[in-house]
Amino acid sequence: MQEFRYRQVRTVESAVRANGTYLAGGTTLVDLMKLNVLQPATVVDVNPLPLAQVEALPGGGLQIGAMVRNSDLANHPTVKQEYPVLSEALLSGASPQLRNMATTGGNLLQKTRCSYYRDTNYACNKREQGSGCSAMDGYNRMHAVLGGSADCVATHPSDMAVAMMALEATVHTEGPNGVRAIALRDFYVLPGTSPSIETVLQPGELITHVTLPAPPHGTRSHYLKLRDRAQYEFALASAAVVVQMHGKHLARVRIALGGVGTRPWRSPEAERALEGREATAGNFQKAAAAAMAGAKPLKYNAFKIELAKMALVRALETVTQMEHAG
Amino acid sequence: MSTSIIGAAVNRVDGPLKVSGQAQYAVDHKLENLAYGVGVFSTMGNARVVRVEASDAQGMPGVLAVLHRGNTPPLYRPAERLEHSRAGEIRPPFEDDQVYYYGQYVALVIANTLEQAQAAADKVRVQYDVRKPAVLLSEAPAPQGPPRVHSTRGDAAGAFESAAVKLDETYTVPVEVHNPMEMHATMAHWEGENLTLYVTTQGVLNYQKVLAEVMGIPVENVRVISPFCGSGFGGKLFPWPESMLAALGAQHLKRPVRVQVPRSMMFTTVGHRPLTQQRVRLGATADGQLVSMQHDVVQPTSMVDEYVEYCTGVTKTLYACENVEVRQDLVRLNVGTPTPMRGPGAVPGLVALESAMNELAEKLGMDPIALRLKNYAETDPGSKLPYSSKHLRECYQKGAEQFGWAKRNPKVGSMRRGNEILGWGMASAIWDAGRGGATVRVRLNSDGTARASCATQDIGTGTYTIFAQVVTEKTGIVLDKVQVVLGDSTLPPGPTSGGSTVTATVLPAIAKATDQAVQRVLQAAVMTPGSPFFAPHGTQAPKVAMTNGWVHEVDKPYSSGVPFEEILIARRLAALDGEATTGPDLANRERYAFNSFGAQFMEVAWDPGIARLRVSRALTVIDAGKIINRKAGTNQVLGAVVMGIGMAMFEEAIYDPRTGKPINNNFADYLVATNADVPELECIFVEYPDYHLNEYGARGIGEIGLAGVAPALAMAIYHATGVRVRTLPFRVEDVLGGERATIV
Repeated sequence: MQEFRYRQVRTVESAVRANGTYLAGGTTLVDLMKLNVLQPATVVDVNPLPLAQVEALPGGGLQIGAMVRNSDLANHPTVKQEYPVLSEALLSGASPQLRNMATTGGNLLQKTRCSYYRDTNYACNKREQGSGCSAMDGYNRMHAVLGGSADCVATHPSDMAVAMMALEATVHTEGPNGVRAIALRDFYVLPGTSPSIETVLQPGELITHVTLPAPPHGTRSHYLKLRDRAQYEFALASAAVVVQMHGKHLARVRIALGGVGTRPWRSPEAERALEGREATAGNFQKAAAAAMAGAKPLKYNAFKIELAKMALVRALETVTQMEHAG
Repeated sequence: MSTSIIGAAVNRVDGPLKVSGQAQYAVDHKLENLAYGVGVFSTMGNARVVRVEASDAQGMPGVLAVLHRGNTPPLYRPAERLEHSRAGEIRPPFEDDQVYYYGQYVALVIANTLEQAQAAADKVRVQYDVRKPAVLLSEAPAPQGPPRVHSTRGDAAGAFESAAVKLDETYTVPVEVHNPMEMHATMAHWEGENLTLYVTTQGVLNYQKVLAEVMGIPVENVRVISPFCGSGFGGKLFPWPESMLAALGAQHLKRPVRVQVPRSMMFTTVGHRPLTQQRVRLGATADGQLVSMQHDVVQPTSMVDEYVEYCTGVTKTLYACENVEVRQDLVRLNVGTPTPMRGPGAVPGLVALESAMNELAEKLGMDPIALRLKNYAETDPGSKLPYSSKHLRECYQKGAEQFGWAKRNPKVGSMRRGNEILGWGMASAIWDAGRGGATVRVRLNSDGTARASCATQDIGTGTYTIFAQVVTEKTGIVLDKVQVVLGDSTLPPGPTSGGSTVTATVLPAIAKATDQAVQRVLQAAVMTPGSPFFAPHGTQAPKVAMTNGWVHEVDKPYSSGVPFEEILIARRLAALDGEATTGPDLANRERYAFNSFGAQFMEVAWDPGIARLRVSRALTVIDAGKIINRKAGTNQVLGAVVMGIGMAMFEEAIYDPRTGKPINNNFADYLVATNADVPELECIFVEYPDYHLNEYGARGIGEIGLAGVAPALAMAIYHATGVRVRTLPFRVEDVLGGERATIV
């Protein structure tokens, strides 16, 4: 780790003015600073900001402050009851100690676990544009099969963001040019030829809140994460499903996948394959096939395609067999 | 005399210190004016160091020195094979300009604080002349020199040819790393010609000797202190380069220097269990009699040292078979030097042998336990000696009964529970039962306490506690009045904590030393005016004994006497010592074969719909003689089972062929079992004291619990999934299809 300036701020306004790298829970930033992957000149500690509330929105839905800790959000009664997919996703991530530190805003910006990104002795286009990608012919078992480019196949590691993708969350920010609201599905950008750009955030722009729309009546949701061991590991594949049933039919379906994409992977293809159809094993299989149709395996991660399908099918089975939550 | 404390479930006597944070691990010791050394490690696996550019680092805040080959005197080599001493790696750091493996020390930055040293270490630029490293078995040149192991009994090749049933399979155990919680660390402090080292080690005396050799000073000038060790698992048997660099740095700066190995370098620079590729050929009659066993192992070592993972020893000894041939070859790769890791040799050896036996059982249509009983070795097949004590048959039987083995349906995928398919597996466990020499001093103090001391160490296994137990057993002084002092090279010589030998080694010495101290107190009782038992010259002295810490006449109750300290006070003594040296009992080694045994039964639950495999039951039955501390003993076995779950299911260091870096050199990517991966574990001891080994009948139990876990799990995985895991660990792609990481 190299020397840096440290500032603590008490208002969003002063945070934005401070012109530095924001420090929230620190579970990504400090880790990567220790590895010299990130070397910010100024670290702006946003922990004192008054953004740690989870509040019901007047017209329905939920507003989650950027500083709400993962553990608090996971155990919030409204989240557990109305958005179980989010609670389950959060609790499947990291360890209790990390969840106690990690924040909502920070988790959306969690950096990839790509081994080559994390080691400055390797070429990495995400770390240093144009230097090359060491994962392409390296050990890429954990890498993405969806959304990759010739320059980058790093997996987005967040579980929370996958659930929020399926919940159609909106990210609220404040920056030098004022406030704005960004639909989460427009928030992340694919690596393409500039993998260092991961989101549409502008320099100095700070996430202040995330809002979730009210779940339509009778919505059920579920998150299933598959991995080598039972706890404390990133997903090999995961599925977030949010469905509204009309009898045996799937009226409204939102699906996102984790562990397989360069960003939290919303799958309109799978949603289209299911909406208006009956909740049958055959239809689930078709949806899973549609979700992974565009997958491009690397040398060591071909199994992820099958595993992601399994995750989605099982998550759909589980959610459609659930007792009606409403 | 109370004997109940031997064999009881005793809380570890050092427990309160550990849970209250008062136990002093290597870097917890407070040294004035301490400086911090941080390594600059090679980022290449095969290179020549052209230049170490340290001027930027040198000018950074707090930096005291940047040491490298260009500005330090050479260290001496340890006198391995000439002396009874051993370093992790015979090449001392900075010996030449070659880089032999990723993670090799190129320089050491020393600064006033750890943070300053880390920041400066990042700024040291090393210019390399880079060559392609060889890190995969397939990249290694052919084995050089003769096989390191080659032993034959009968005609294994001939018997295999004519065998009715044959099995010929190759098993691969990947590189595993020890990674104990406490990272390797040394704090070195010179006072004139004398060097004191605060370390974390499994052997203070070996450490002392090696550091004296490397620094070129007499052994008595070196003191090694390691009162606590945050586990070693074999990785801390021998000193590694950080110890030598700390000593070098402290000498250079004339102030104490601390060097701790960072977690990432715990994967490269302090040893590992080497990869083994093991071909096993078994030949049997149609009814399951083994007629031929062949076990051929190829194993990498480093470019700078030789370490042989003796996998084939178990093949020579576990089953009665007339025709056995084993062979082990070494190849050299650009990896760090391998070193013993819990159950060295036997553990990976049994992965191959016991997996092969389970596969053979299937070929024969036999129950795997029946196959083992059919080939049960009543005497040691190699030496033909009788076993000192062997109850493996009972381990199989008890285990089978407790596990419900009779209900097994051997058909793959046939046993279901809800969404899940259950898989069952079993394997035998075997480990040597050794005993070495030790000297112990026991001191009975005039304040009513006792002290036992020895230059062995407690690496977390409960050694402190068994010392206290024996003193309590022999004197009746209560456990918490017995102070045990270990982990200091100035104490009477004791054993390295390795090979599951410490308990069997130290028990007789503690007992004898305690007896001697008690005898001296009893002598004093009759010799000392003022003692109630004083017999003036020419009178008949009463016969006295010590019970519950009281000295009394033998035919009277202990309460008729006095607390032992009153005798010392009457004689104006601070204390009386006993000292004894015992073992190794070499004569008995000529008469008996000494081994511990076990049987392990595992269940996995496989959910084929989501390709999820979890261990759901684990039963271990151990024959390791008398168990001295039931609590610590059970803890040893269950901890080993957890390690075995990691071995079968998760653990694998994966080297990048381009650089030689273990690409998963952190705890997020190198998976070990979490609590959630470990089911309820059960351990049963069949307890037959082995009095040929020592008077307590105790054998070591540090390693045996790991021995059969992985092959038992491999069988269970096959039973559930139909996939034979012949390359550890299991990976979901074994079932789903797809290429695995290249490791050979």
